[in-house]
Amino acid sequence: MRYIDEFRVPAAARELLREIDALDARGTFMEVCGTHTMAISRAGLRPLLAPGIDLISGPGCPVCVTADADIDRAIAVSKKPGVILTTFGDMMKVPGTEDSLASASARGARVRVVYSPLESLAIAAEEPGSQVVFLGVGFETTAPAVAGTMLEARRQGIDNFQVLSFHKLVPPALRALVGLDDFDVDGFILPGHVSVIIGSDAYAFLPVEFSMPCVVTGFEVTDILQAILRLLKMGASGASLEVEYARAVRPEGNPRALEVMSQVFEPCDAQWRGLFTIPGSGLAIREEFAAMDAGTWEVELPEPTRSKGCRCGEILCGRIKPMDCPFFGGRCTPDNPVGPCMVSSEGTCASYYLYSESEGPDERGEGADIGR
Amino acid sequence: MQDLLRDMIFPALGGQTLDAAEDAAILEVPPGTLAFTTDSFVVKPLFFSGGDIGKLAVCGTVNDLAMVGARPLYLTLGLILEEGLPLDDLERVLASVASAARDASVKVVAGDTKVVEKGKADGVYINTAGVGVIPDGTNVSITRVAPGDALLINGYIGDHGMAVLKDRGDFAFEVALDSDCAPLAGLVSDMLAAGRVHALRDPTRGGLAAALKEMSSCSGVSLEVDEPAVPLREEVRAICEVLGLDPLYVANEGKLLAAVAPGDAAAVLGAMKAHPLGRDAAVIGSAGAGKAGRVSLTGAMGSSRLLRMPSGEQLPRIC
Repeated sequence: MRYIDEFRVPAAARELLREIDALDARGTFMEVCGTHTMAISRAGLRPLLAPGIDLISGPGCPVCVTADADIDRAIAVSKKPGVILTTFGDMMKVPGTEDSLASASARGARVRVVYSPLESLAIAAEEPGSQVVFLGVGFETTAPAVAGTMLEARRQGIDNFQVLSFHKLVPPALRALVGLDDFDVDGFILPGHVSVIIGSDAYAFLPVEFSMPCVVTGFEVTDILQAILRLLKMGASGASLEVEYARAVRPEGNPRALEVMSQVFEPCDAQWRGLFTIPGSGLAIREEFAAMDAGTWEVELPEPTRSKGCRCGEILCGRIKPMDCPFFGGRCTPDNPVGPCMVSSEGTCASYYLYSESEGPDERGEGADIGR
Repeated sequence: MQDLLRDMIFPALGGQTLDAAEDAAILEVPPGTLAFTTDSFVVKPLFFSGGDIGKLAVCGTVNDLAMVGARPLYLTLGLILEEGLPLDDLERVLASVASAARDASVKVVAGDTKVVEKGKADGVYINTAGVGVIPDGTNVSITRVAPGDALLINGYIGDHGMAVLKDRGDFAFEVALDSDCAPLAGLVSDMLAAGRVHALRDPTRGGLAAALKEMSSCSGVSLEVDEPAVPLREEVRAICEVLGLDPLYVANEGKLLAAVAPGDAAAVLGAMKAHPLGRDAAVIGSAGAGKAGRVSLTGAMGSSRLLRMPSGEQLPRIC
């Protein structure tokens, strides 16, 4: 654990803040990953930065970018007779068009929270009379584990295990973002965990095609400050791709994980909440594994409705900050989320809410909890 | 059922009492004010590093009594057993109840057992109710925190929650970490003797964050916490970091948060450090004259943030 500690020392962080101040430069940088947003909020970093430096959050929370239609499909699958839908807990409260998995479950759908796809496979083995469907939500970090579980299901001959694959890929989303006319960001703080899998080379197009400065970054405060410092320097010297998180990220990524992933999945177009359908940004289950694909099941889906007025979409593109949404902290809180950004533990709105630096509109004086 | 009671439960707890098999326990109560509480315990796995559901069921209720300044005297024990539970497991749980009750100086005086169909319970559920006596002159209440009070904690936070999570086996963590599950009445008694303790709360579910928010709300004072002063093991910090959890919101089962009159903080801290369950005690902040429910934390970087009431259970992140 000493390794991590070197990156946590406040003195080192203060020194970096001084260096950043000394540059006297301005810039708006997007931290793509929800874990970065959380780390920044938790450390209270934003108010410590010079006034000209702004950090905005990107589409890096997989729960947040899952489209209404995909949630609706998951709910519909969970209501089918004989189905047990297994999911990471974060997905339970995400509102779809009419419903959430939590409310479907309360009305009798069999939905179980698991911590890993392998746990779902174990449920399938224990309950041969049920169809166990794992809700596959996540980026390149999660997809290899799901792919590995599907290979394991095949090896063990477990045929009542299926997957709904709503996995998303980070680089195509970044390509779509930088292509937006009103995208006004001076550099990317790129995700650490995802990059461990896909490698830093996956972002090479950003500085080359879009002159976008990029730093692949770890999750300690000093990592993030290092990234900001490097991005500011690049603002003067020209865009490139640097790896601050070199202690974990290799240019080629993790070839074994990538291989398992591509054995089971192939890229497909995918709808991102708040963005649009992004070409090649999703992962579909390959034909060879079609028997495990619950995405092809016939289900009845609700008519898509007009927006609920929630501005999650604009927040995910970095157009506005959570506080700019009229619902933030009022109608929309982690207990009563209107949009997915308030649901996930790493959602942009949830992390701004949980770690706000000032009193929000709803700073309630909660009453006592009676015992436990 | 009678066999179960006769052959297992009475012998395991017999040293405590329960032996008469009367319909109700007949108790002697010393002078003072009665404190009475109940709690139900559901935990997976039943056995974890540093404890099990039996120990938890005794400590949880004993600690709730201790938090109002009561000396715990008697417990009831309600067991809901799932058909197919290995008798060895039940024996271990009962032995653990008996030993925790001895440690906490309480007697198990009444009980009940029900068996439910397989699949209707996770092995064992336990309910305990507890009675204690608050000595005359003791006045500890969650509403009594005053501006200027020092906030003290008796050691490392988050051990219980992370030990249970680790032992659930969903993650392959290879760390040595025990639950802090322990009866706190003895420690509380030493603290009360050492100085003016205004309020106590055990930061169980919802962690230290919930305890701080409740203290602030109920007493109508603001609280300021110095985050780096909060004792946190490197192991707990590391697991939390991997899973995207905040240790302030992780459950404890052998910790207490105390608000102490400023003049007595050093004496109470000394008493805590002298007790085996308070060796790592620390002053972590103070109460202010701000708004009820306002808890602010100053981090290592010097910037401060507000603490929110935890909502539901913390969940590991998806990435």
